[in-house]
Amino acid sequence: MMPLRRFQMHQPKSVKEAAEMLAHYGEKGRLYAGGTELLLAMKHDLLRYEHLVDVKTVPGLDKIEAQNSSLRIGSVATHRSIEKSPLVKERLPVMAEMTRYIANVRVRATGTLGGNIGFAEPHSDPATLLLALGAKATLQGQTGERSLAMNEIIVGAYETALAPDEILTAIEIPLPARSQRAIYLKFQIHERPVLGLALIVDVDASGNTITKAKAVVGAVSPAPCRSDKADALLVGPKDKVEKQLTDAARALADAADPVDDLEGSAEYKRHLIGVYLRRAFTQALASPLRNP
Amino acid sequence: MRLCFQLNGRPVEIECEAADTLAELLRNHLNLTGTKVSCEVQVCGACTVLVGGLPVSSCTLLAYEVRDKNVVTIEGLAQPDGTLHPIQQAFIDDFAFQCGFCTPGMILAAKALLDENPKPSEDDVIHYMDGNICRCTGYVPIVRAIQKAAETLKESKK
Repeated sequence: MMPLRRFQMHQPKSVKEAAEMLAHYGEKGRLYAGGTELLLAMKHDLLRYEHLVDVKTVPGLDKIEAQNSSLRIGSVATHRSIEKSPLVKERLPVMAEMTRYIANVRVRATGTLGGNIGFAEPHSDPATLLLALGAKATLQGQTGERSLAMNEIIVGAYETALAPDEILTAIEIPLPARSQRAIYLKFQIHERPVLGLALIVDVDASGNTITKAKAVVGAVSPAPCRSDKADALLVGPKDKVEKQLTDAARALADAADPVDDLEGSAEYKRHLIGVYLRRAFTQALASPLRNP
Repeated sequence: MRLCFQLNGRPVEIECEAADTLAELLRNHLNLTGTKVSCEVQVCGACTVLVGGLPVSSCTLLAYEVRDKNVVTIEGLAQPDGTLHPIQQAFIDDFAFQCGFCTPGMILAAKALLDENPKPSEDDVIHYMDGNICRCTGYVPIVRAIQKAAETLKESKK
């Protein structure tokens, strides 16, 4: 068996204490929130830490709460608890549905949403959907709290804007309006998605005109990506937008700039963006309006 | 660190390192070699055990995580007189394994599924078992065995 290098586990009782521990151990320490990504990298000796700070021992960080017009998911809520949460299923079904297909049942039982975002693995399903939904990450460090949009916190592959002493405490997701339809689709042949695509559209009362659109593609490049040009091409009467889907997909692919890797060539991924944008568009317009 | 947990219904108290995985603890320190280790990266499911009723990858889950919890391994399924659990029996009856290396993990994942969803559809089984890889059977007999075990379990509860 591949043994892990030895480390010490620390159990903070508050976010403040966790931040102090992180500051104290510096590069020798890392936040630990489930380990479904971190421990794999440590097993392969790609990352070495002498100290892990188990943020799960801080009480209350796993809460899932509804606020006025948003859903607040504590950073150490497991994927499974999000998938099964009646609140998430009712208020933000697209989030529950996306979560149901993250990795496998074992990863969902132990992996956490905050860990997923904080590790910034490029094939993250939640990161792609959360960027489309306009979610914000709440970060808390020794000196205070701040809030970052998803494309501000995830800055590259395995790279975040988290300061060394900062802890991601929650993800706040605005609830889509009644007129909005949200879809997340992915294409996967191995253990991680080749492509994830989220599409949120605002449809007028007639159901025939898209007044606002946001498309995000993930997994094809280091971080989830969107494009103003693509979103603009997705707005207008349904028939017109249908004709513009190829151009919108091209704009999105240009913005994402897919990379060649074991999941496929850049050219193949560009093709997939076209296929999945069309599927998402068709599904978004076919799905019934949400009844909150 | 001193670790206390329930293992197959019995209390265990054992000394371990923070970096020990649950699979290392089970296989190397507790001599429970029914838990198999294959991919080591939470992908194949061979090392699946149940913690608090939920399936986890013991190859990568830290033993630290099972403190004060209930752990069930493949050794904990048969009755003391040797009568196999209905899922184990169904795997034999339906030829749901050849080499058997994935089988303990398959059976434990199936147990978690049936505890949560006693009457799963074929799609439910396929979705839940998606992360348990078998290179022998082609999966069809595994899905069938799980559905038959569901029937047997339902009958035994009547």
